[in-house]
Amino acid sequence: MTTSTTPTPRVDFGALPPASARQVIGLVAKRELQTRLKSKAFRIATVISVLILVALAIIAKLVSGSSSSVVTVGVTPATTALGQQLVAAAKTVDQTVHTQPVPDDATGRAEVRSGNLDGLLVGDGNSVSVVVKTDVDSDMQSALQVLAGEVALNQQITSLGGNPATVGAAIASAKVAVDPLEPPPAKPQSQQIALGIIAGILIYISLMMSGQLVAQGVVEEKSSRVVELLLATVRPWQLMAGKVLGIGLVGLTQVLIIGLSGVAVGFATGSLSIPASVAASTIVWLLAWFVLGFSAYALAFAAVGALVSRQEDVASTVTPVLMFLVIGYVLGVSILPSSPHSPFMAVLSMIPLFAPTMMPMRIAMTGVPAWQLAIALAGMIVVIPLLVWLSGRIYRNAVVRSGARVRLSDAWRPA
Amino acid sequence: MATALEFDKITKRYGRVVAVEDLTFDVPAGQILGFVGSNGAGKTTTMRIALGVLAADAGEVRWNNRAIDLDTRRQIGYMPEERGLYPRMHVADQLVYLARLHGMSTAAAKRSVDIWTERLGVAERRDDDVQKLSLGNQQRVQLAAALVYDPAILVLDEPFSGLDPVAVDVMSGVLREKADQGVPVVFSSHQLDLVQRLCDRVGIVQRGRMVANGTVDELRSSGPEVLVVEAPDARPGWAAGIPGVTVRGQSGIRTHLELAPGVDDQSVLRAALATGPVHEFGRRRPSLTDLFRHIVSSDPAGANGTSVSHPTPPFDDATTAVAASQGV
Repeated sequence: MTTSTTPTPRVDFGALPPASARQVIGLVAKRELQTRLKSKAFRIATVISVLILVALAIIAKLVSGSSSSVVTVGVTPATTALGQQLVAAAKTVDQTVHTQPVPDDATGRAEVRSGNLDGLLVGDGNSVSVVVKTDVDSDMQSALQVLAGEVALNQQITSLGGNPATVGAAIASAKVAVDPLEPPPAKPQSQQIALGIIAGILIYISLMMSGQLVAQGVVEEKSSRVVELLLATVRPWQLMAGKVLGIGLVGLTQVLIIGLSGVAVGFATGSLSIPASVAASTIVWLLAWFVLGFSAYALAFAAVGALVSRQEDVASTVTPVLMFLVIGYVLGVSILPSSPHSPFMAVLSMIPLFAPTMMPMRIAMTGVPAWQLAIALAGMIVVIPLLVWLSGRIYRNAVVRSGARVRLSDAWRPA
Repeated sequence: MATALEFDKITKRYGRVVAVEDLTFDVPAGQILGFVGSNGAGKTTTMRIALGVLAADAGEVRWNNRAIDLDTRRQIGYMPEERGLYPRMHVADQLVYLARLHGMSTAAAKRSVDIWTERLGVAERRDDDVQKLSLGNQQRVQLAAALVYDPAILVLDEPFSGLDPVAVDVMSGVLREKADQGVPVVFSSHQLDLVQRLCDRVGIVQRGRMVANGTVDELRSSGPEVLVVEAPDARPGWAAGIPGVTVRGQSGIRTHLELAPGVDDQSVLRAALATGPVHEFGRRRPSLTDLFRHIVSSDPAGANGTSVSHPTPPFDDATTAVAASQGV
């Protein structure tokens, strides 16, 4: 400490202009934003999330690549024509069969034995007979079944004096006229289901993490007692609003980074082939529901956080709030993929408590009728101001009571 | 009272426990008031009410004849009893943030933070997290936090606790300088010698009530005067038989005596001379510490008794009572 008396400034009393509510909230939010973005935990969590998404996209690509296997079948000179028919038959059951000519039966059998060929068509070409190493591949089995049926049918048509080619053309052009009384519900592609699940996981984790950050931030101020210093100059609601806003922006940044990089990786690896517009609307709605869901949940987290004074107590105090997030998420990922049009889920997803977790999943999987979306949005718009008032009151009364956990009934009354 | 920080009949109850009752005093601009009282007497509660951290059940705190609102509070430099800073935030960032919240521009805030961290000796720790600092340095930062936005009023809860002697001197200088600039300063402390040296006025709180309030001189002259006699050859108990004289204590060869009103001190001197040589004979005004002990020990159940003959500790603080009954 220097003992020299440095002249200290002294402005006139009252010279400091009152900071407006917006300025104060801005200052509080800026501090939160800077502190969080600087923190290692935030950076690590974001990088890990992106890496997980990249890994998921690559795995999805590998899995889908191996499912459409190509079968190679050898044909002897006698069965070359049959080979052509097999290729055509395989197509009708979504199989790709390549034929490879072999000079004679013995060479072909050797190739099958060595594993170069999946099978070998043998015989005189009038019946279907196949040589395989151990067992017939189940996909090839169905193609062969179709082929055998065709061969038998053609032989019967020929023996009855008909032309198999004419009959084949007639069958090919036959169509069923379908007259739906109601437009069929869009069937989600498997990719969209995956996208929905990922959207669900992303919003669930972001809401949970950001929400807990809010609760921890409130407790940090309370346990370090800095809140007493702050409340001498800042109104409680301004402090709460600034904190929620700052941490919300951090969470939004994180969702945006993870969401965009996930979709980019999906398109780049080719594991995502849905229309770009679907991907874009998924991301936009994801962000929108994060903003709405975070606003509601963060306020609740701030209020329950204000009830305790030690970080160790945060987990227990946030549990009731967290439960609603978990319920929405768990119901969403367990029911929606198998029955995306479940009326039960449609109803739940319109309730403000569950809308933030369920709606992004439904939107990504099947899209949501406009009226349901409108109800869910309206619900949030009603609930958030209500929470501002409710949480603001609890926060204001509880945040200066340090020590033991504050009971909700006590938090209802001023300190 | 033109410019003063006035506490008018402040009452605060926690359930059935009365923390502060009808507490009335004021701190004129340009004066330092030392706020003194036992633990749990209500000092912190009073200060927190002034800062709006707590709501009073009754009464009002005024500044310039107007009830204090948020705009006034922004101009109060406040040091809470429980120190409060963000542990994981740089010293300078933190102080700038607090100054900005109090309405300072960024440039002015940075300038002020430089000046105050320099003056309080924590300049080289500006870019360290607060939690890395020693407790004494954290305390200095806490003081800087109460001073950086150039407050018009200072309310400090035990600003001197935990400071080394040099820091105490600097802090005393700062408070005196602020008072000279016309700032009313109120601080609580248990370091009564310091309060006696530094303060213009002293308020002693006991069980939520102001039991003594005035300038240091007023308070000291209100207490019973003590006669100090140094008679090396005197046997213990030599003064016990003198009418109207109570032996308040014996420290080495010095005897502390309290005289009943109207008793002639010359009779005491004669009795002392009868025992042998007398090297010191003098009247001593009670120190603030004496006075405080007197008040605390004479207030067993919150009644305003003045008798000191049978002191009962107000709390379980037996040593205070023993010390008080023995005088200085």
